[in-house]
Amino acid sequence: MTAVLTIAVLVLVGIAVWQMTKIFELSQVRAKSGNSEVATDEDNKYNGYLMFVFLVFIYGITIFSFWKYGKYILPEASSEHGAEYDSLLLWSFVIIFIVQFFTQALLHYFAYKYRGKEGTKALFFADNNRLEFIWTIIPVIVLAGLILWGLYTWTNIMDINEDDDPLIVELYAQQFNWTARYGGADNVLGEANVRLINIDRANVLGLDESDPNASDDVIVKELHLPVGRKVNFKFRSQDVLHSAYMPHFRAQMNCVPGMTTEFSFTPTVTTAEMRQRPETVDKVKRTNAIRAEKAAMGDPNSDPWEFDYVLLCNKICGKSHYNMQMKIIVETEEEYQAWLEGQQTFNETIASMQQ
Amino acid sequence: MSVQAHALTDDHADDHGHHHKETFVTKYIFSQDHKMISKQYLITGLIMGFIGIAMSLLFRMQLAWPGESFPIFEAVLGKWAPDGVMDADIYLALVTIHGTIMVFFVLTAGLSGTFSNLLIPLQIGARDMASGFLNMLSYWMFFISSVIMIISLFVEAGPAAAGWTVYPPLSALPMAQPGSGMGMTLWLVSMAIFIASSLLGSLNYIVTVINLRTKGMSMTRLPLTIWAFFVTAIIGVISFPVLLSAALLLIMDRSFGTSFFLSDIFIQGEVLHYQGGSPVLYEHLFWFLGHPEVYIVILPAMGIVSEVLSVNARKPVFGYRAMIASILAIAFLSTIVWGHHMFISGMNPFLGSVFTFTTLLIAIPSAVKAFNWITTLWKGNLQLNPGMLFSIGMVSTFITGGLTGIILGDSTLDINVHDTYFVVAHFHLVMGISALYGLFAGVYHWFPKMFQGRMMSKNLGYVHFWITAVGSYGIFFPMHFVGMAGVPRRYYQNTAFPMFDELVDVQVLMTVFAIITALAQLIFVYNFIRSIFYGERGPQNPWNATTLEWTAPQEHIHGNWPGAIPEVHRWCYDYSKTFDNGEYILPGQDFVPQDVPLQEGEEELQH
Repeated sequence: MTAVLTIAVLVLVGIAVWQMTKIFELSQVRAKSGNSEVATDEDNKYNGYLMFVFLVFIYGITIFSFWKYGKYILPEASSEHGAEYDSLLLWSFVIIFIVQFFTQALLHYFAYKYRGKEGTKALFFADNNRLEFIWTIIPVIVLAGLILWGLYTWTNIMDINEDDDPLIVELYAQQFNWTARYGGADNVLGEANVRLINIDRANVLGLDESDPNASDDVIVKELHLPVGRKVNFKFRSQDVLHSAYMPHFRAQMNCVPGMTTEFSFTPTVTTAEMRQRPETVDKVKRTNAIRAEKAAMGDPNSDPWEFDYVLLCNKICGKSHYNMQMKIIVETEEEYQAWLEGQQTFNETIASMQQ
Repeated sequence: MSVQAHALTDDHADDHGHHHKETFVTKYIFSQDHKMISKQYLITGLIMGFIGIAMSLLFRMQLAWPGESFPIFEAVLGKWAPDGVMDADIYLALVTIHGTIMVFFVLTAGLSGTFSNLLIPLQIGARDMASGFLNMLSYWMFFISSVIMIISLFVEAGPAAAGWTVYPPLSALPMAQPGSGMGMTLWLVSMAIFIASSLLGSLNYIVTVINLRTKGMSMTRLPLTIWAFFVTAIIGVISFPVLLSAALLLIMDRSFGTSFFLSDIFIQGEVLHYQGGSPVLYEHLFWFLGHPEVYIVILPAMGIVSEVLSVNARKPVFGYRAMIASILAIAFLSTIVWGHHMFISGMNPFLGSVFTFTTLLIAIPSAVKAFNWITTLWKGNLQLNPGMLFSIGMVSTFITGGLTGIILGDSTLDINVHDTYFVVAHFHLVMGISALYGLFAGVYHWFPKMFQGRMMSKNLGYVHFWITAVGSYGIFFPMHFVGMAGVPRRYYQNTAFPMFDELVDVQVLMTVFAIITALAQLIFVYNFIRSIFYGERGPQNPWNATTLEWTAPQEHIHGNWPGAIPEVHRWCYDYSKTFDNGEYILPGQDFVPQDVPLQEGEEELQH
């Protein structure tokens, strides 16, 4: 399908260019000598028409992209603040498309309408305070609205506090993988620093072994979150900058060596519920069709896919940046507790190493 | 057919009477003449642009057909593409060097360097730059930095590969990636020299505009090009030194063991000694330049577009004073918005609020500019020369790309699109493509001024424009959707995430458009080179423009004007100006050059 479209576009562009060159060749013969590299009325006419065609092209590619690629856009947010995010995004886009529609129309229509003709007198129109006032004040008002709404939402999202008994989770980044650490039974993370890392003792995150809060910490390679409970994330990195990007939750924060950064959100849709959603089902079906094709060609990376939330690295971090990921599973409180109980605590890990 | 001005009586006593023998070296190589230096900048910039665009084709092919083997990869990349499959390290290096070359070497030096040098003396009525020697020095430092940047491509461990922003610690630690070894050292050295070059150039432009304007050329009679170059130079002088300090501190961290940007690092099995530095500090320093930099890139393009639109619309630019005010407002705001690149860097969220506020404010002067350009077209008599087409195209891409800035400048919305392809699409349209269109508009328009009256072929220009215009939207419009799907930038391939599998067909579409568009640039290259030698010689003032550069003879002479410098009697946008009875001010011609005195019964507009 894409191939056909691509070829169609190519052919059309080719024909357009070929026609244009023909037209221009013809027009050049008749052009006045001595000044033939300056646009003639003929040139103005054809390029004016093309400006109008180009306007249609801009609208066309917009509609085409929405029709063809609109379904690729991330699904509805799976976090509490995500709903607010999505509506702010939607309204911003509405404004953008209105402005885009009219300004491009005016620009290209004028370029077509006022194409030069010998003897036409342009209007000497240098200034108009009222007009300029209008198009200064309208952006001011619209932007003031967007700024206020944006700032209000931003302040709420970034207000990271301990209200409502949040779950505390550390996300630890290194080239090129993620580790998650839970506070364990006390929901308090033990002190940690890269200088305390001891690979031989399996202390890979540099936990302070003398800190009692650290002993029950749980260190895992898969992020499990109970639905409906606020999660306060603490981010650390041991080597270079990374960025913890959880697109489905509208969440992202850089992981900076030497400091702890924070982000907080409340997941609202479990992985199981998400897999049931019609749009997810569609996406999985489309994707697996592609993967089946790949399998037929013998590509090893072609196992059927099942939807999962995912954590990506979104700050260039080196060679395998493109594959630095961790699975996120949002589940019910009971499932979460059952999973947590099955995990080893930090103390148990250290003890098992010493045997 | 243009009317000559005879009003000059005094010749400022700076008539260059002396004739010194020019050798090949002083004329073409170590020239101190601004016109020659401008051509040197342009040609160096175009060569760098060729390299930068070629690199983008390589990584776009990798994105569309991930892991596929291409003979061209092996031919160009050698050991970095074993069996023709691109290596992940060289992918990052290509992305990094593409960004660096395009932003600094093409769109800063190639655009601002070329046209500031060419137009400032000619349009303000000066014999040359304030300091011809500094000007020459500025070009040659730029040349050296270009050479060093190119040499860095051939380093054993590979060129710099930490992204064009070269954030530490990735850029500081050779064990983090091979490109952070010698390649990064050369990158930093090259940039340090580039900054020195840019500062010398900028200081020269500022002094020239302030001191060397001809008689009658008040600031409010200057063409908008000059205003744009002047203000660009000022923000360059304010912000480039900060990048130099960032580069110097980074060099110290890398080579002398200091800890300005590094702290608490455990890499490859050992703890490093760095303690107490902060990568966020580097980000602040970098973007203190980095953001004004995008305006250093786009302001000259805006100036060129304003001028070319007005000349070819045969109308004064609409809202001349508002245009100047918006240039000043953009310049001022551009220095206080850098934090919008850092909303999620871990800096205090309150700072994020402040930067959101200032960032969205910058949309206001930008909107004023766009509306004024559109109104300039209204009821004009548009001469659709290639330069004009690129100017209209620039307004179009500037609007399309600028509007998505409303999303990215909003700290809330930035959370989920930060560092995705949405950002890539946004800035390529609003500063990359728009500034390139400005560059092309300038080259087509002032080519006769650069090359002794020779003109570029308009038909090739038309073909060049239309393919480029369609292709640019074809590349970057669908790219927004890739970003909205959550695909991060700087991924060597997107195959590690099945959720991105279905986006491959968008990547293919973009790559096909990229290849077509890049090939179309060869038409320009051919046209450019052909026209230098065989281009048809047009009249002295081919576009019937009012500005002073067209009163200078086609033959380049040292000092620009053979006799006295012309005196200016009016602003530079008297196109289609009429008396109350509807007759043109000068009978039979729809423009009044700046050096023509006010005619009897003519009112000077208090624009």
